[in-house]
Amino acid sequence: MIEAEYVAPSNLGELFKSIEGRAERVKFVAGCTNVLPDLRAQNPAPMLLVDLTGIEELRRIEENNGVISIGSLATMTELAASEIIRTHGPILASAARALGNPLTRNRATIGGNIADASPAADTAPPLLALEATIHTEGASHAKREIPVEEFFIGPNQTVLNQGELITRITFPIPKDPSASSHIKFGLRNAMAISVVSVAVVLEMQGNLCHRARIALGSVAPKPIRAYLTEKELEGRKITEEVLESCAEVVKKEISPITDIRASAQYREHVTGVLLKRALWQAAREGENSTNGNI
Amino acid sequence: MNKRKVTFTVNGERHELVVEPNELLLNVLREKLGLTGTKYACGKGQCGACTVLVNGESFLSCLTLAVAVDGAEIRTIEGVAEPDGTLDPIQEAFLDSSAIQCGFCTPGMVLMGRELLNRNPRATEEEIREQIKGNLCRCTGYFSIVRAIKSCCEK
Repeated sequence: MIEAEYVAPSNLGELFKSIEGRAERVKFVAGCTNVLPDLRAQNPAPMLLVDLTGIEELRRIEENNGVISIGSLATMTELAASEIIRTHGPILASAARALGNPLTRNRATIGGNIADASPAADTAPPLLALEATIHTEGASHAKREIPVEEFFIGPNQTVLNQGELITRITFPIPKDPSASSHIKFGLRNAMAISVVSVAVVLEMQGNLCHRARIALGSVAPKPIRAYLTEKELEGRKITEEVLESCAEVVKKEISPITDIRASAQYREHVTGVLLKRALWQAAREGENSTNGNI
Repeated sequence: MNKRKVTFTVNGERHELVVEPNELLLNVLREKLGLTGTKYACGKGQCGACTVLVNGESFLSCLTLAVAVDGAEIRTIEGVAEPDGTLDPIQEAFLDSSAIQCGFCTPGMVLMGRELLNRNPRATEEEIREQIKGNLCRCTGYFSIVRAIKSCCEK
């Protein structure tokens, strides 16, 4: 049984006023797809539920001077359907489509997915590969901009302070959005929590990879960037041999666990396979697009 | 806890209720309004038995706080047929295709089908399967359920 007070502010000013002096009891809610099952499984202390869904300013998806800005209340359904996201961050649209099922996608928000900070959070690998920034606002309107790779610190742990809220997420439009790829591998097609997920963003010149951003989910205590593998790839042509060595290097950067979904050994193997597949896909698309061939 | 007054429309009828902040829409529908067609099963958003339409969009009523749908227009399985009892074409199709066994998933399946057809009357079989991904049928009647929804699609 959840003991709660409830407020539903209609803008950020109202929000911070309503939580003044009670920040330590605040639980922000929007789609509730994570929060309610989690709370019901615990026996939480009385709390102040702050419903964000009425705050229209947190809902916008827009492009401004080469930067995409996504309000934290954007749902998975909205991200998957958004022309802006499909064009400039197709790997994020792909991840949004792969989360849960249509019912949860109608409610689950990008802010919630990131704040929950599951090692398997579906939107995390694309945001890491897109080098996104998390914008937050806390008590007395203190604003922070946190690079997404510094945002997660462990399973369900982030750098967010109590009473601090994600307002939006931004990322610079990649040089060639088509030279990117996202693969989520789950045990079934519906309602699957990923066993491994991979997101890559490349900058290609012909078959040569200039710059690589590689991110992985479900293979470490938090979603991670694979920096060593990026270095292994950058400045080289995409050949089977290079992909093979990337698949070896990536194993040194991950620390998968054994759980009900898969063994650590299996995850390690699948990470290599999916990484090769994702890089191959992204490189081929990059090679074919005019952007990559300047 | 601070009780709140909420107003919403359920199947065309306006309701003004006082609810606790922790009350689920599902429980309000079933216990306060007597609309027991909406089912409780997993309580985690994994089964779709509690599906209702909120402003035309499919929602899990077991993961929706009643206070959060203030002002909304809600449709439950009881509101799919005409007020005079004439069944909706999708309900007829479920009967014709024998798409019902124990019936527990049926309200959710019918509403998901209705939502899809409202949005996309020419849905393909693939789109139908995608739409009902979050709705479990443990009698495994999926084939006939997909057939029923498909038979309502324009060719």
